[in-house]
Amino acid sequence: MFLFGIIYALPNLSPPDPAVQVSLQSAGDSFDSRLVQSVKNIARNEGISDENIEINQKSLLLRTDSYDEQIKLKDELRRELGPDYVVALNLAYSTPDWLQNLNASPLKLGLDLRGGIYFLLEVDTDSLIETRLEANAEDFKRRLREGSLKFRSIESDKESVTFLFATDEDKSDSLSFLRGFLTDFEIIEESESFKIKFSREGITSIQDYAVQQNLTTLRNRVNELGVSEPVVQREGAKRISVQLPGIQDTAEAKKIIGKTANLEFRLEANNRTLRSRKEPFDFRGVSVDLEKNIIISGDKVADANVGYDESGFPQVNITLDGEGGAKMHRSTRNNVGRKMAVLFIERKSAAKEVVLPNGTLDLIIEPVITKRVISLATIQSALPNRFRITGLDSPNEASELALLLRAGALAAPMEFVEESTVGPSLGAENIRLGVQSLILGLFLVLIFMVVYYKIFGLFANIAVIFNLILITAIMSILSATLTLPGIAGIVLTVGMAVDANVLIFSRIREELKSNSRATDAIIAGYDRAFVTILDANITTLIVAVILYAIGTGPIKGFAITLSIGIVTSMFTSILGTRAMVSLIYRKNNVRRLWI
Amino acid sequence: MNFNLDFLRFRFIALIASVSFILVSLTTISIQQLQLGLDFTGGTLVEVGFSETVDPEEIRTYLEGKQIDALVQAFGSDKDLLIKIPSSENIENANIVIDSLQQQYSFQLRRSGFVGPQVGGELRDQGGLGLLAALLVMMIYIMFRFQYKFAIGAVVALFHDVLIVLGIFSILRLEFDLSVLAALMAVIGYSLNDTIVVSDRIRENFRAKRKLNSEQVINRSLNNTLGRTLITSLTTLLVLFSLLFLGGEIIRNFAIALSIGVVVGTYSSIYVLTNVLLSMNITADDLAERTKDSFDDGMP
Repeated sequence: MFLFGIIYALPNLSPPDPAVQVSLQSAGDSFDSRLVQSVKNIARNEGISDENIEINQKSLLLRTDSYDEQIKLKDELRRELGPDYVVALNLAYSTPDWLQNLNASPLKLGLDLRGGIYFLLEVDTDSLIETRLEANAEDFKRRLREGSLKFRSIESDKESVTFLFATDEDKSDSLSFLRGFLTDFEIIEESESFKIKFSREGITSIQDYAVQQNLTTLRNRVNELGVSEPVVQREGAKRISVQLPGIQDTAEAKKIIGKTANLEFRLEANNRTLRSRKEPFDFRGVSVDLEKNIIISGDKVADANVGYDESGFPQVNITLDGEGGAKMHRSTRNNVGRKMAVLFIERKSAAKEVVLPNGTLDLIIEPVITKRVISLATIQSALPNRFRITGLDSPNEASELALLLRAGALAAPMEFVEESTVGPSLGAENIRLGVQSLILGLFLVLIFMVVYYKIFGLFANIAVIFNLILITAIMSILSATLTLPGIAGIVLTVGMAVDANVLIFSRIREELKSNSRATDAIIAGYDRAFVTILDANITTLIVAVILYAIGTGPIKGFAITLSIGIVTSMFTSILGTRAMVSLIYRKNNVRRLWI
Repeated sequence: MNFNLDFLRFRFIALIASVSFILVSLTTISIQQLQLGLDFTGGTLVEVGFSETVDPEEIRTYLEGKQIDALVQAFGSDKDLLIKIPSSENIENANIVIDSLQQQYSFQLRRSGFVGPQVGGELRDQGGLGLLAALLVMMIYIMFRFQYKFAIGAVVALFHDVLIVLGIFSILRLEFDLSVLAALMAVIGYSLNDTIVVSDRIRENFRAKRKLNSEQVINRSLNNTLGRTLITSLTTLLVLFSLLFLGGEIIRNFAIALSIGVVVGTYSSIYVLTNVLLSMNITADDLAERTKDSFDDGMP
């Protein structure tokens, strides 16, 4: 246990260095020696020697001495290497190999200690629900028409779709015809009309879909930023949090996270298309001409997923919303036999050098728009709002296309509801202050304990220090993130961890006073104090768990270290000190305890 | 330490003191209210560090000229400024402030933040709910482990502690943000710790010393635990003071809240709990050992 604690706490002794990472924009390529050489040259100009450059398969890592140097080097590398390479701020760990083999790694630092940006985004699912209702209303209209069922009107609003009929009979006929498609809905029947609304499960599934979808899109976008260890995760029902360590420029980050990639459905140009209405695009290395006219764009895609046709070939099933379905139907009706292309439009950002009016050079980030055809398929018949793209080579291609159709655009719009940026200097300061106050607090407590409880105080001190090692080790193993409130939690644990020992030692003193023998006093002291310690710690643990459950970021950090601290301190201050005590006072004939 | 103090002689004075503290706290909270932080109100915050001393008023006037209505205050040192735009709904505000300042001054961005109004409201509700949930769960636990009179005593003591900390924050106009809420939760945990240690001893003494009356038992128990109570408060305060003086601005209010809480919590475990117990006529019969109490097995 002791050894375990030491080993897993050990990597924290050597803090990671600030570093700059150079990696390739696309995964397929590999580094050539020329690039490595030019990176080395740039680094040398910035005063970084070759031994600080680590060459991995897919990336180069350059260690720097300070955070200022790190940012300077990043800017320099971006300028020299151009947009083909991702240059990102990173941290270089200096954990020795034998520790890495045991999966031991240092604590992750929170944004407040490391510097970086935090965003909280809220997904606007209401608008998606509205779009879905519209799409469904169009679909039901078509089905009823195809089934030759009579209806007066079908209208959708924000929350519901109302079906009006001339007679009650028409209503029940239509209802029983549609019933199979209405599983996600709640049906409210009235005379000569009925209304459908999404059921609670229906709404939850739409929300889940939208958040999941936006999460995927955001991950893709965040990867473009070239940040090391970004965290993109769902928070509650409708929110997504994004953590970008090391980045300072909120404006740039927001632009990329909030950007809109898009899709366009266009017809392939034929010999009747005017030259001025044509536009050439690349499709798998071949140039194809498309009409400039856009049938619909990607925001009209309500859903896209992979399916298989009767003979087992992969296909992509696409569902459009009401408006998109109508447009698609109109355009394809007269163009059966022609080919339709799906065009993917992406806004990336690239660094560009500009000369400011005062003559200095500055690096600005500007959008680069790329357009490419991701699918070209023959129109077999007039397309309704649900159709499929076939003729795909492999299931992989199908799922990639479906992903792009879905991930290209956000499923539902998002809004920034929280943002915070911490500069690297403040982060470093927070670490310094946190550690300083921890050391001072620890020091004061240790001295007090030795003065007051003598040798027993020493036992308690060893237990407290071991407790700190254990907390660090467990947090490293759980790869929990250390934040400033987390440090406060640890500091507080130090104060409270001695409480258990104080309880035990006061009991032992009391027992000694009532003339118990030394060994009996020790046993009674530990036994009697145990119940109290257990009660006290369980209640504090309950508070910590509630804090964790309701808290967000900073409070969670505090709750985590506090709960780990409570559990480990029970272990070290009861079992740990007892082991030491029985080791020293092993014999039954101890006369006096130095307490 | 061996004490033989007659605590309960002062119990009516303590009762009056506690009641007046609570009344003062409630009054100030309702009149002056709490200075809620950005976490709860929503709004924009920018902290910037200059290389030399700056006058907050100068920056405020400058920003006003740029149509930005902001609160500007020195933060920590006179080179650091905290710029706040309360309850703004525009996430771009932080960037607007930074851009406008950059046109005129050179500085280092230390941190910036935006909390949307919806998030602020939620955090406020969640925080209040969390405090209540914590109190409720405690009460159930103590009812189960001790007896309902102790549960009521403990919860009254916790309310007492939380209210007084809030009252002091309101009087001193200290900012109440998420970290202070966390500190309040820690105060609950801490004060409960004390209360349980005292309760435990009261229970033990009621069972062991049947000849004494209730007041004598409680007095004896308070004397038994006084040494431990004081030492633990002292060690915790040692650590908190080091946080207070070295921990930096961000952690300061957290340390203040917790320090007040530790002092008040120590007091409440001595007087508030016992006052409640005595006013409910606690007797040894309330704590008669149940036939099967596995936790007490093996104890002499």
